Amino acid sequence: MPSALINVPARAKRGDVIEIKTLMSHIMETGYRHTATGEVIPRDIITSFACRYNGAEIFRADLFPAIAANPFISFFTVAAESGKFEFEWIGDKGFSETASASIIVE
Amino acid sequence: MHINKHSTRRRFLGLAGSAAAFGTVPIVTLRPVQATPATLATAIRNVVGTAVVHAGKVKLEVPPLVENGNTVPMTVSVSNPMTREDYVKSIHVFNEKNPQPNIGNFYLGVQAGRAQISTRIRLADSQKVVAIAHLSDGSFWSATADVVVTLAACTEEVI
Repeated sequence: MPSALINVPARAKRGDVIEIKTLMSHIMETGYRHTATGEVIPRDIITSFACRYNGAEIFRADLFPAIAANPFISFFTVAAESGKFEFEWIGDKGFSETASASIIVE
Repeated sequence: MHINKHSTRRRFLGLAGSAAAFGTVPIVTLRPVQATPATLATAIRNVVGTAVVHAGKVKLEVPPLVENGNTVPMTVSVSNPMTREDYVKSIHVFNEKNPQPNIGNFYLGVQAGRAQISTRIRLADSQKVVAIAHLSDGSFWSATADVVVTLAACTEEVI
């Protein structure tokens, strides 16, 4: 069962630069490992991550097998107005997860 | 007694040698081709095109010595005012010796406020990591870091 950890400040002053931290549980199988019998384990990674702030995309990332398991990504944004952050992870084998967090801007 | 011991050791060495030789074959055939400095240059060219990549402005923080290449904390920051006229559009991270030269592409924008991203990466070998920032004026800036890895990622077997 995939699960996400999101860290967004609950409150911020208008114009403040805030840090957003995200972590999604995922094996991030590289596709370069093989079993003891020599079979290659097929790739299974998250390929893209995006964050929208009140509907507008503020951050996006393309991920590669070189991103460690349970991808942790942190980035910054300016707290412009109260509202909602929506996060989306898309990956191999139809992986698609979303999460959200709200913020009050004073 | 003495002769017996000797022959055991010889037999052991012989067995170990043949096992090593036998074991090497599948490793060589199954091991993926490493990204070389040439593929690193190609991957960078795919992002920057024909533009000149300047050194500077970018700060790439990775530990110089890591024990476990499976999870290496990395922070890339760009000294930039992040105003409408001058901001960071994207940050691209590459490596030299993983099976693939790309690590990640991160697209920011003027609303980021601060041009900084953090993540955790995998490194298959001691190698060079390159971070390139694409600024709103179209210029590219880069930083490199050398990392020594004692336990490599990607190569272990799953049992």
